[in-house]
Amino acid sequence: MVLHTPGSTPLPHFGRRTMLRVMLAGAGVAATSGLLSACGGGASSGGDSKVVTFGNNLSDQVPKDAITAAVKAFEAQSGGLSVTINTKQHEQYQEQINNYLQGKPDDVLAWFAGYRMRFFADKGLTSDLSDLWGKVGGNYSDALKQASTGTDGKQYFVPFTQYAWGMFYRKSLWQERGYAVPKTLDELVALSTKMKADGLIPIAFAQKQGWPAMGTFDQLNFRVNGYQFHVDLLAGKEDWQDKRVKDVFDTWKRLLPFHQENALGREWQEAAQTLQQKKSGMYLLGAFVGQQFPDADKDDLDFFPFPEINPEHGTDTVEAPIDGYMMAKKPSNSDGGLKLLEYLSSAEPQLAYLKADPTAVATNQKADQASYSPLQKKVADTIKNAKHITQFLDRDTDPGFASEAATNGLIAFIKDPNSVDSVLKGMADQAKNIFK
Amino acid sequence: MTATLERPAPARKRTVTPARIALHVFLVLTCLMTLAPLLWAVYASLRTYEDTSVNGYFSIAKSLTFENFAKAWEIGDLPHFYWNTLLITIPALVVTLLLSSMVAFGVSRFSFKFNIALLMLFTAGNLLPQQVIVTPLWRLYRLIVVPEWVSESGSLIDSQLGVILIHIAFQMGFCTFVLSNYMKTIPYELTEAARVDGASVFRQYWQLTLPLCRPVLAALATLEFTWIYNDFLWALVLIQDGDKMPVTSALQNLKGTFFTDNNLIAAGSLLVALPTLVVFFVLQRQFVGGLTLGSTKG
Amino acid sequence: MTAVQEKPKAVAPSGPPPRRRGKRATALAGTDKLVLALMLGIPTIVHLLFVWIPTLGSVALSFSEWNGIGGFEDIEWIGVGNYVEIFTEYPRFWPAVQHNLIWLVFLLVVPTSAGLLLAVLLDRELRFSRIYQSALYLPMVLSLALVGFIWQLIYTPDGGLLNSLLGLSANPVDWIGDSDINLYAVLVAAAWRHTGYIMLLYLAGLKSVDPALKEAAALDGASSAQTFFRVTFPVMKPVNIVVLVVTVIEALRAFDIVYVINKGRNGLELLSVLVTDNIIGEASRIGRGSAVAVVLLTISLGFIITYLYQVFSKENRT
Repeated sequence: MVLHTPGSTPLPHFGRRTMLRVMLAGAGVAATSGLLSACGGGASSGGDSKVVTFGNNLSDQVPKDAITAAVKAFEAQSGGLSVTINTKQHEQYQEQINNYLQGKPDDVLAWFAGYRMRFFADKGLTSDLSDLWGKVGGNYSDALKQASTGTDGKQYFVPFTQYAWGMFYRKSLWQERGYAVPKTLDELVALSTKMKADGLIPIAFAQKQGWPAMGTFDQLNFRVNGYQFHVDLLAGKEDWQDKRVKDVFDTWKRLLPFHQENALGREWQEAAQTLQQKKSGMYLLGAFVGQQFPDADKDDLDFFPFPEINPEHGTDTVEAPIDGYMMAKKPSNSDGGLKLLEYLSSAEPQLAYLKADPTAVATNQKADQASYSPLQKKVADTIKNAKHITQFLDRDTDPGFASEAATNGLIAFIKDPNSVDSVLKGMADQAKNIFK
Repeated sequence: MTATLERPAPARKRTVTPARIALHVFLVLTCLMTLAPLLWAVYASLRTYEDTSVNGYFSIAKSLTFENFAKAWEIGDLPHFYWNTLLITIPALVVTLLLSSMVAFGVSRFSFKFNIALLMLFTAGNLLPQQVIVTPLWRLYRLIVVPEWVSESGSLIDSQLGVILIHIAFQMGFCTFVLSNYMKTIPYELTEAARVDGASVFRQYWQLTLPLCRPVLAALATLEFTWIYNDFLWALVLIQDGDKMPVTSALQNLKGTFFTDNNLIAAGSLLVALPTLVVFFVLQRQFVGGLTLGSTKG
Repeated sequence: MTAVQEKPKAVAPSGPPPRRRGKRATALAGTDKLVLALMLGIPTIVHLLFVWIPTLGSVALSFSEWNGIGGFEDIEWIGVGNYVEIFTEYPRFWPAVQHNLIWLVFLLVVPTSAGLLLAVLLDRELRFSRIYQSALYLPMVLSLALVGFIWQLIYTPDGGLLNSLLGLSANPVDWIGDSDINLYAVLVAAAWRHTGYIMLLYLAGLKSVDPALKEAAALDGASSAQTFFRVTFPVMKPVNIVVLVVTVIEALRAFDIVYVINKGRNGLELLSVLVTDNIIGEASRIGRGSAVAVVLLTISLGFIITYLYQVFSKENRT
């Protein structure tokens, strides 16, 4: 038995040999690591005109494989170019975009159209693509060109795919229960009341990730106040304490009792699964909600545009975010990057990608819709017939305002719907600080 | 004294008093409660999405499978990310121990006026919240030019070396503190005798002091391995290339934007935890030794 | 080598090392001086360059307005404007301060007393003691990010373990989403990981207490509780200080776990999260983020200095 004297710590015995081995192993790995990174660095160092680097934010297995396949197809027909893909987790990619663009960005990199693209174009962090647009402009509608244009009138963005937001539901459930698509807010409330009586959660809802409720705000705002007020508000040209904004939240308050409870602790995927399991009746979300549906149930998914609230505006606006690509300010391979962008604007890679992710649609207007599912056709039609197209709150406003003031403001409102006034005051104050 | 201490011990072992039983029951329950979250994660990881999406998690499993582990291993590209972690952890660990043992040797064996100031500097630095230094560090890294074979970006940004360096700079504080406390307990006569015999300072450090510190170094190595392995923030901020992320930060990749499968996440989490758990079980005594060293000599 | 190793063993039993002041300073040869200077200098420079200079940089940037884009010439210096903003306008600031304080108090009370209790229970001849110890401190090898992942499986309102166990499946409590309770739910998870650490520290502390002391107290007729509070606990002062510091730093640094759970929003705001949101988000507000960082720094330094004073004043006296 060991008697402990004060100050003596029971120390483990660790032989000299073992210690030496640990140290040596460490040193050995350290040495090889140097060698390995040396090799890696040599192979893909800049200035090589045969290599294009590609920043990818589609980190999930299925879309990642799809975009990889599309890029590989480019390699095959590009005459000797090879593309190095750098994939980063979707949300991490967005958080780091600022540092990424200023550090050592990839030649061609994924991003979103609209205000969110302009923000970085204005700061001079991405390349002017006007010349390329001269070549590929015919592929796109005017609305898409506008969404790709910076504040200086030049293009900085090449659209790839697009999806729509709406009220999603399962056709079989609605048929079974005899529900009809509501055309007005009152009809929506009546339908929700009925669903509640039938033991369903009328509207699935989740806000743990902080952004899904922005979609609800967008729909309500442009239905109540129209497209122009919506974009002006988000551009900092209108006051968040305006009576019209208050109206939006009052309308929301009327609908909140029909929303799924405990939204703040739920991720949208979990809410989508309740729709899939027929526990909830409808879900206001982007078409990507279909990704939570097993293949067998995908055909059962349908959607309708958010109902009319103000007859003056009807349902003239559709929220249809555009995903696409930009080019770094100083790409290491400018020619190769432009070639890749030109390829990505064509129908072929877009349709190839959509096979893996059939919830979005191609942006190239010449893309053949024969392979579309009924849902995709409906999305494409809705977008085509829309008078106005918005992106999404966090793509239509200053990124700082979206991630801080808007996210936390909406959370505070959902937490306590009666706190609207103080919430809006907080948002207004912060908006004034940001949009000076 | 030894005798009086030893005798009652074996006797106590045999008598089963109610208090003893109560103690064991309490401890067993506490241990089970402590292990419950992990066991729950293991249970979830062994079930299929089809099973839990229909029956919920709080149900008897239809079947148990290791499929999720295989899937997480493959989808998460875990071998690759384990390797990334190793590239960061091992060099950082070795250099941290080397540098901090030097400082500890200096301040514990020689009396300089700035001894305590230096120790305080290191100790305080180690206690700073990481967020306090993030932005300027990033800027600084962008300014430091390194050859391209070290980092493709030509600066410390987006390089494993950059992450290694900040780990070294940060963790040195704790190791210096612990090592200097330990070295102070080594009798001064020892180095003094060597000095009289004409041993150089480096010899006193490398051949005399370090071998005596072997147990502490081993303990610190175990501890630092866990800490550096578990780091989340530095890689998140300093590395831009998804392929260079260490495994802890790469875990997010499993949490897809488009499909959430908690069973898969549970399996992935357990796989990511595996190396630290192995270290824990194999080197438990070193681990415990490391933690307690810092405290009893404080 | 072997000879060298033998030596301390021969010396050690003679008791604690005699500390003779002044004896240590012996004249050093030129090369030795250089070697020593390098041994101390290189680590110090690395540490200063990557830890302390950036810290000062944060202090400077807290007086600026900057979106993090461009070079230093794009920085606009605005004085204390950021501080005025965070103290008066920034809605998440005061909640974050409050949450950090709750975090601190909770960690100081719950895991510390639980850890101490377990240490006392385990500090005796006991069957399976090793197994108990291993189980109890196993969570601490897990990263906080992982702890966040694992505990969400327990807390989720749709089919989580806790609601099912409590029989609340029909009307579940939203442990993570309800901002009145989610901080405590997360704190339980954090404490789960922290308790084992505290237990270990106290266990080592208890082992290093001279049994003769306890024996003497027992001979004087003190009960075991009295012995513990009057003799053992005070002797463990160094351990208590370490526990305090470890806990305070843990509380101020808390980040990974809330960031993994919900990015530190809706009741889980912490100062570290605000700093991160403002400086590495898509649109950085470096100035405001740095100002929050300086507040965090100031609080930390308060504790750090107290601690250093405790630890090193003792050295000054010897």
